[in-house]
Amino acid sequence: MRSPILEVRDLKKTYPAKRGSPEPVRAVDGVSFSVHAGECFGLLGPNGAGKSTTLEVAEGILAPTSGEVFFQGKVRDVTFRDRVGIQFQNTELPSSLTVKETLEVFSHLYSRRASIDELVRLCRLEDLLKRDNKRLSGGQRQRLLLALALVNDPELVFLDEPTTGLDPQARRHLWEIVQGIKGRGKTVILTTHYMEEAQLLCDRLVIMDRGRIIAEGTPGDLLSRHFSGVSLVLKTGKGAVGGLPWPVYETEEGLEIMADDVNACVRALMDRGVDLTGMSVRSRNLEDLFLQLTGKDLRA
Amino acid sequence: MIERIVWLMIARTREFYRDLSSLGWNFLFPIFVIVGFGFIFNGRANGVLKVGVVGGTEAVKTAEILIDPKHNQIVPFASLDAGLDRVRHHRVDLLLDPSTRPPKYWVSESSPKGYLAEKLLVAAASPPKAGASATLEKATVQGREIPYAEWAFPGVLGMNLMFSALWGVGYVLVRYRKNGMLRRIRATPVRAWEFLTAQVLSRIVILMCATALVYLGCWALYHFECRGSLLLLTFVFFMGSLSMISLGMLVASRGQSEEFANGLLNMFSWPMMFLSEVWFSLEGSSPAVKAASNALPLTHLVRSARAIMNDGAGWSQVAPSLGYMAVVTVVCMVVGSAIFQWSDK
Repeated sequence: MRSPILEVRDLKKTYPAKRGSPEPVRAVDGVSFSVHAGECFGLLGPNGAGKSTTLEVAEGILAPTSGEVFFQGKVRDVTFRDRVGIQFQNTELPSSLTVKETLEVFSHLYSRRASIDELVRLCRLEDLLKRDNKRLSGGQRQRLLLALALVNDPELVFLDEPTTGLDPQARRHLWEIVQGIKGRGKTVILTTHYMEEAQLLCDRLVIMDRGRIIAEGTPGDLLSRHFSGVSLVLKTGKGAVGGLPWPVYETEEGLEIMADDVNACVRALMDRGVDLTGMSVRSRNLEDLFLQLTGKDLRA
Repeated sequence: MIERIVWLMIARTREFYRDLSSLGWNFLFPIFVIVGFGFIFNGRANGVLKVGVVGGTEAVKTAEILIDPKHNQIVPFASLDAGLDRVRHHRVDLLLDPSTRPPKYWVSESSPKGYLAEKLLVAAASPPKAGASATLEKATVQGREIPYAEWAFPGVLGMNLMFSALWGVGYVLVRYRKNGMLRRIRATPVRAWEFLTAQVLSRIVILMCATALVYLGCWALYHFECRGSLLLLTFVFFMGSLSMISLGMLVASRGQSEEFANGLLNMFSWPMMFLSEVWFSLEGSSPAVKAASNALPLTHLVRSARAIMNDGAGWSQVAPSLGYMAVVTVVCMVVGSAIFQWSDK
């Protein structure tokens, strides 16, 4: 079995009570996981689940209240930041520097350097090199931030919600870049609240809620462990399907039935005289799993 | 380590000169100051007049017959030479020795406030119909006089340097912390002191350029004379810049509220404006005010620069002030680095 490149043991992070609240805020509550070299590991959960805090403690940006973090089997030392790449969720860059200058400056902050030309190609920055950072679009900025996380040719890359706020096209561009990073054998740890992103990019993941891990495994394992059927989506009201033996959820489209036997479900609906016009059938995904585990929407 | 500092310094300096508003503030403001000097040369002076009196308590009591203490500040001097030195440097507007017969006074011919003080003194001493100078003997200061503008010039340079240093480093650091830029730097191997050193060096380059520009501008327009070594003067401004930048850095070492930082920076800059003898002398002020003034780095910068420019002072004469500015720099840098906060979390 491969040894983990990063190991987090019983991590807890508590913030002092906010004004008006007597209780301290427990952002991370006993989280443990291991990340193996060369894999893409995801922390999936809704906003406020504790993903970013967990990641920032693992990065060494935040000090934990308790718990331990090991890098390549040892406590992180002063060389840790030289060997990892970090992309934060919200970061400003020097507004009057060009993309090329920003890459050069950050590259010289590390003792080891990746080829800037190669990074520019990987992150598709060729046409932006002379542009000031303040004139970049959201997607362009994220690509630059991703390139900055790679300027030291890191062994491990942390990406905190790299596609949040991007349009679908920019998001797909970034996914392709992350896949390119994986293709180079880098280890990637990313947080996201997009289940399709996690499903597409992550080899293994943990699902977090309220500072705790509630599920862990590969996307396929998690789905097969918790689901045996499919979702039937109907454009009808809940009253029409009363008494079904499967969980039924109201969605924006109408109703969603989590059925483990499609034929039995369709027969039951027809017996009740439900109009099946416009019905669609889809496989269960991580969002469904989160809903099943917590009763909440993943993007809430 | 050196490479990191150099690249961060380059980045910050590029940011500065590409930001037109910062550039304008740092280079246009001094030009406005130069224009302001034109008005100073016109001889428009105001404020309370300072009249020096040679002798002790008795001499002051005698002088109060001639000088209305409500409208004049009386500054006693133990010796005539000490008083004349202050007149020459425009730190008092007129010097009176009431012990001579007739009482004798000294003014500087180039001092507009000295002219006013003389008129008031002569008017107070003379019967309405008598000749104005019949009861007093006038003398002008001997030796090299220092025009007021030349006396005030080092103060203006120091003041400009202080504002640029405090806000250029202090305010910018707080903004970086607020917008997450510091967190991004923290994710690299850069250490706090390396980052802060780069900020200090970048601002030093900017300040020295701005100060040289103002100096050359004033020299070209008004033909100021530096009686001492230009190299020493440059070193004094370098040390003054370092101490002021370090102070700004200390102020901004924690916190991410720009409003709070603004308040703190004002809390330091305004007392320096008034207590560091930028515009007027503190001659005759209470010992507490003088002690407060001595604690401020701007006082030492202005005092040293004046001593070099006006009196041709050498290294040994300005060494105590240079030492004080070095101490302020080291203390602020060490404490600032120790308590420096990259982010609010």
